[in-house]
Amino acid sequence: MSYTGEHLIYGQLGNFLIVLSLVAAAVAIFSFARATRPLEDQASWLRLGRIAFTTQSVAVFGIFALLIYLLQQHLFEYHYAWKHSSRSLEFKYLLAAIWEGQEGSFLLWMTCHSILGLVLLRKQTEWRAPVMSVLSLAQFALTTMITGLYIFGWKMGSNPFILLRDSGVLDNAPALHLNFDITQPLRPDYLSSIKDGNDLNPLLQNYWMVIHPPVLFMGFASTIIPFAYAIAGLWKKNYGGWAAEALPWALFSTAVLGVGIMMGGMWAYESLSFGGYWAWDPVENASLVPWMIGVAGLHTLLIYKSTQHSLRATYLFFILGFLFILYSTFLTRSGILGETSVHAFTDLGMNWQLLAFVSVFALPSLGWLAIRYKQIPSPQKEEEVSSREFWMFIGSLLFFLSALVIIGQTSLPVFNKLFGTNLAPPEDVEFSYNSIQIYVAIIVALLTAFTQYFKYRRTESSFFWKKMLLPLLITLVLFGLFAWLIGIDYTRKGPVFEVSIWLAVLLSLYALVANLSYIWVGANGQLKNAGGSVAHVGFAMVLLGIFISSSNKEIISNNIDGIPAPLAEGENPRENLTLIKDMPVNMANYTLTYIGDSAHPKKQLWYYKIRFASKNGSDSFLLMPNAFVNYKGNEGLMANPDARHYWSHDIFTYITSIPNPENAVDTSRFVTYARMSGDSLFYSKGVMIIGLPKVRKDIPDDLFGKDGRLYELPLTIQSSTGSSYQLTLRGAAAKGQWIAIPDTITSEGMIVQLQRVLLEDGTIELGIKESDALLQYVTLKAYKYPFIKLLWYGVWITAIGLLISMARRIRLARTSQPSS
Amino acid sequence: MKKLHIVLLVLIAVSIAVLISFTNTTSTYDTIDTAKEKSGKFVHLMAKLDKSAPIEYDALNNPNYLSFTAVDSLGASVKVVYHSAKPDNLEMSEKIVLKGKYKEGQFECEEIQTKCPSKYKEAEAQGKSHPGTIADPRMADPTN
Repeated sequence: MSYTGEHLIYGQLGNFLIVLSLVAAAVAIFSFARATRPLEDQASWLRLGRIAFTTQSVAVFGIFALLIYLLQQHLFEYHYAWKHSSRSLEFKYLLAAIWEGQEGSFLLWMTCHSILGLVLLRKQTEWRAPVMSVLSLAQFALTTMITGLYIFGWKMGSNPFILLRDSGVLDNAPALHLNFDITQPLRPDYLSSIKDGNDLNPLLQNYWMVIHPPVLFMGFASTIIPFAYAIAGLWKKNYGGWAAEALPWALFSTAVLGVGIMMGGMWAYESLSFGGYWAWDPVENASLVPWMIGVAGLHTLLIYKSTQHSLRATYLFFILGFLFILYSTFLTRSGILGETSVHAFTDLGMNWQLLAFVSVFALPSLGWLAIRYKQIPSPQKEEEVSSREFWMFIGSLLFFLSALVIIGQTSLPVFNKLFGTNLAPPEDVEFSYNSIQIYVAIIVALLTAFTQYFKYRRTESSFFWKKMLLPLLITLVLFGLFAWLIGIDYTRKGPVFEVSIWLAVLLSLYALVANLSYIWVGANGQLKNAGGSVAHVGFAMVLLGIFISSSNKEIISNNIDGIPAPLAEGENPRENLTLIKDMPVNMANYTLTYIGDSAHPKKQLWYYKIRFASKNGSDSFLLMPNAFVNYKGNEGLMANPDARHYWSHDIFTYITSIPNPENAVDTSRFVTYARMSGDSLFYSKGVMIIGLPKVRKDIPDDLFGKDGRLYELPLTIQSSTGSSYQLTLRGAAAKGQWIAIPDTITSEGMIVQLQRVLLEDGTIELGIKESDALLQYVTLKAYKYPFIKLLWYGVWITAIGLLISMARRIRLARTSQPSS
Repeated sequence: MKKLHIVLLVLIAVSIAVLISFTNTTSTYDTIDTAKEKSGKFVHLMAKLDKSAPIEYDALNNPNYLSFTAVDSLGASVKVVYHSAKPDNLEMSEKIVLKGKYKEGQFECEEIQTKCPSKYKEAEAQGKSHPGTIADPRMADPTN
């Protein structure tokens, strides 16, 4: 049976490229493995491997390009295009739509591997063949994730080129089947009924979705290189020879993965209504843990390069760093996280395959390490306590163990699955992490501060104390200023925790100052040689930013001054505040007014204009948090915040509730009241005082007729909230008919109209209608985040420092081996 | 024994102690009946919204008070009170996870996770989901 309007050629091409990628990766694994042995035919195996890997990369890029084309051309006969895009999707979000799905994100990961592999192939050293063999194995494993082939009835991977009609989506849509019978085949022209795609999740229609995943996946992908060098060392039994070559890659990986993770934090902070940048969410932890282990490995590798110590630990850290990337992939994609997080990728029925993916790398690498562990050289001589390597090792160890604790806590659902228990996360999930990690941070900050002042092997104590003294004094002065001007206000978790935060701030400040001064003390002010210090300065800023912003974060929409919410005695003020249109409300140091909304020209996206005016009149600005309302037939609200940035803090707000549009249907009726001039008329929220009616006759006869009259009635409205309004109601007698012109007083939820004026006895009839449906309001939450910029700049400075180090290490490696 | 080995042992011991003490702070997944038995204790209550009972939420009078009735698969029901804004997809949810304590005849809820059958809602429950992980749109109407 053939169907009209389908473009099957792209899918066929795509499937061919997937198979090509699979075969080429297999050839590359084998060829590079053969080329690892220094035999005569080494050069030809190497050549074959290079050709195979390049072919594989071209295939991966081709698959990527095809997917872009399917989405860009709205070829909804393909499930992927239908599922992740729509005709209204802006071009800039096309890439975001590709990596929205599992298949696309695997493809992104493979693309990053391919790029890294091509860079690795540019130079030839004895290490490149085994490294490329490991990388090709990863490419092979990842390609199986997108094949969608059936092998003995078992489905391998999930294919991005599957057709909509084969995906099962249409099976229960009678209108698309012959005779409206779902047991019959599809109509040949079914495609003409598929008008539009499902679209990219509106939460993800954001520029961060375009840049955060590629950086993060490049970080993920790069962790395989230190891993592959470690494997290569075990393979060739040349245990330490790869250190110089792997070091720049370890630095690169740490920088890119770190930035990728924190970009996620920036996104969460800036554009999602999570109320923060970090929530110890399983997805966040799963990428943080490999980064921490990678940092540990980076430091032990540096120790090894300078002192020959810690090589065994380096092996363990680099191998586990990558294995935890795989474990994270399993955690977040298998659906095992279940109730601990509402999210988790949908279970595509690939759990066993994901588990196999982890095992294929975990079992041989750990097994091999265990077997060869004793052969890895380790000096007999013990590290001096006054040596740099001693303290660096402790720091690395601490980082590593703290990563294990984090992943242990995150793995609670896995624990439940394995042991059949029923444990749920603790009451305060974030505190269950914070209360542990703050002590890790305190020690790490202290180690970061002083370790560089030790020399490798042995340090004279007079040297150490002389150099240490000035930074210590500066730190104490700065800390005094901090305590005086800013301070920490966090009593919720008791005095011990509060003191810990103070201590953490002190030591982070110390790390900042000590590393800043080390740029001059240790590197003579030459930045290109001070990458480590620069990175540590950035890291100290990150810590400072986290401690100050998180502990001094303030919810300023506390419902005290606003619409009075009934608060029981001793009850905490609540966090949401309702603003009625045009009615100013006091909140913290600001007066807020909701002044209206505007709609996105194409999407069901509304912008709510909230004016913030500081009470002392010094500052006034407009924030426009937005929300998708009833997007694509989904009832409800998806809110994005808006923020005002100051050098010292951010003011940040988002919409938590709006009136249900269904309630906006106005069902109430006008009730008529007869009064005299000067009378009062009570309504539910206040009183109105009726003025003296005026009659106007200077009106055009052709509109009003000969005996036409226009009546004007001044009205004073005194609301119980204290507001007072003056307005003039109008009503006309025209050509024998009465025409009332209703007047809406939005803030009172009331419509008033003049229904009759009897000049003979002075009776005035007013029609009043009261309804909440008239009220336009929004409910919002607002925060103040102090010193958040320290965190963001810290992230960038850390990355820059790491890249400076990387450049230096590449230079050093080049000069030490001029032949290669 | 090397000094670093001592440090290593101490740190590993601390890590294990920390993880064990963590398991003591964990809570449990409960039904309404078992949550009532554990009155005053923090639990994760797995339930559904009782659509026949009224939902009380008036953002104009108090944007921080929501009350509704939850039922579970065993047929028990309980009044739930939540002191924050109403999750917008509450009415549409097919399943809710209520984090809080049963106290004095009602369930005092600190956090609500809603799970909805429609395409974007799973990811969106209470705005707390991570953007890297998306709901399944397979249930959506293919002809929209």
